[in-house]
Amino acid sequence: MSIIVRKAGILNTVQDLGRYGYQKYGVNPNGAMDRWAVRILNCLLGNAADSPVIEMHFPAGEFEFDRDSIFAVGGADFGPRLSGTAISNWTSHSAGAGDTLTFSGKHFGERAYLSVSGGISLGLWLGSTSTNLGAKAGGYHGRRLGAGDQLEGISSDWPVGLTAGRSMIPRYSSSPVVRITKGPEFDILTGISASSLISEAFAISTDSNRMGFRMRGPELFRYSSSEMISSATTFGTIQLLPNGQLIILMADHQTAGGYPRIANVVEADLPLLAQIGPGKGVRFELVDHLRAEHLLIDLERELAFLRTGIRLKTATKL
Amino acid sequence: MQVKPQRITPLSESAVVVEFGNQISVELNSAATALADHLDAAPFPGFVEAVPAYASTTVYFDPLVVRRSLEADQPSLDRVITLVNAAITECSEKEDSKRDVVEIPADFSVSAGLDLQYLAESHSLSTDEVVSIFTTAIYRVYMIGFLPGFAYMGGVDARIQTARREQPRSNVPKGSVGIAGAQTGIYPLESPGGWQIIGRTDDEMFLRDADPPSRLRPGDRVRFVAI
Repeated sequence: MSIIVRKAGILNTVQDLGRYGYQKYGVNPNGAMDRWAVRILNCLLGNAADSPVIEMHFPAGEFEFDRDSIFAVGGADFGPRLSGTAISNWTSHSAGAGDTLTFSGKHFGERAYLSVSGGISLGLWLGSTSTNLGAKAGGYHGRRLGAGDQLEGISSDWPVGLTAGRSMIPRYSSSPVVRITKGPEFDILTGISASSLISEAFAISTDSNRMGFRMRGPELFRYSSSEMISSATTFGTIQLLPNGQLIILMADHQTAGGYPRIANVVEADLPLLAQIGPGKGVRFELVDHLRAEHLLIDLERELAFLRTGIRLKTATKL
Repeated sequence: MQVKPQRITPLSESAVVVEFGNQISVELNSAATALADHLDAAPFPGFVEAVPAYASTTVYFDPLVVRRSLEADQPSLDRVITLVNAAITECSEKEDSKRDVVEIPADFSVSAGLDLQYLAESHSLSTDEVVSIFTTAIYRVYMIGFLPGFAYMGGVDARIQTARREQPRSNVPKGSVGIAGAQTGIYPLESPGGWQIIGRTDDEMFLRDADPPSRLRPGDRVRFVAI
């Protein structure tokens, strides 16, 4: 089977769970912004967790299936429609040859994902199918998807109607509380600024994208203005800029930077951040690293539960 | 290893930063690079990657794998810190001075060196003198970052050290050779950037179809050759 892009979206790229092992050569990891959504969708379709998906921003464009396919969409709710009929997020659906997938409106969230059962076949670049737009490598010819592009897939026989329960889906919100851990340079914040960080709201500015979210909030002050030499950064690193404002590094972050890393968003809460855009506000809650790790373990447990449930259902249906 | 870390501190629940200091020195950078190489060669279960920088190495790991070797409910990063400390004891710095010098041919004309004229004037030197001083030195690659294959090199002669441009360019041409203070670097791709551009090379720094995808590696020694 293949998926044909009938109409380009504003920013549709192929992504997986990121490219690791090459940051020491300056190759940023890329990968889906909302990795939890990707893992749930791939699980619903019987795919490997890191099977490539299409990450869409709104407007998301149109896709046509060239033959019978099983697919699912999730993450943001862009009002998915299959040949005009509304379909639900987080559910395996069947498309026939010539069916088109369109999106009627941006109901919630910033990034929706399309995955097909059997997966999209793409060559790996440095171990991953994620698109690196800067390097023009990975994904679909290293670029965003445009009209006429055709993504080959592997057909697979898979049940429709499999769905992820509400408890499984990230607790998305348009004004989420995002948990953070202290970063290496947390202690340079003055006491008042450290408490502002967790007591006040921060808004995402318009100058925000897959590389990072610039935040607008109270100006934060530091004890020392001494320069720091460049050191590694990661997805979720919160840096303090010279003007006292924050930037949160996202999936396309640079591998290193010289701004103080005052905190880091816990991995389990990155999906909440990935689904809000400019103008939306967040509050931060400080937790310790053991707690952050437990949140991750809880998510893994949920996913294992979903995987078991699907195995039981497919065993009887197939 | 002779250099001991000043501290090992979490970056996140799945990464720790091993800090050897906070200055740019060959000694600290050798320690950071040696630790990263050692972990690459002898990874612990759950190790993802090690990223050396000027004077630190960041170790990424999968906490769910590391946890399997824990007896009590403790953060896996405590376990990783123990493993990293053991790696520091085991590894030894390589003798970087024995590495071959990588020669990079570059065009140091004023048409390729967009800021060469400015740089020469601000130091009361001729452009030929700037190029001569620049191409005499051997530079050390401290780290790769910013862009795929972008090597941060140190050792620019004090007579030509120049601060970054006040107005960064939105499009620095691919292959541009730049100076920022005591650092020099080559833009592997066209990119926004604020370094003072003094020349341009046709050599590829980012090797899209190679593994590793970078012409230069941390610890490499580099000399520029004017063409």
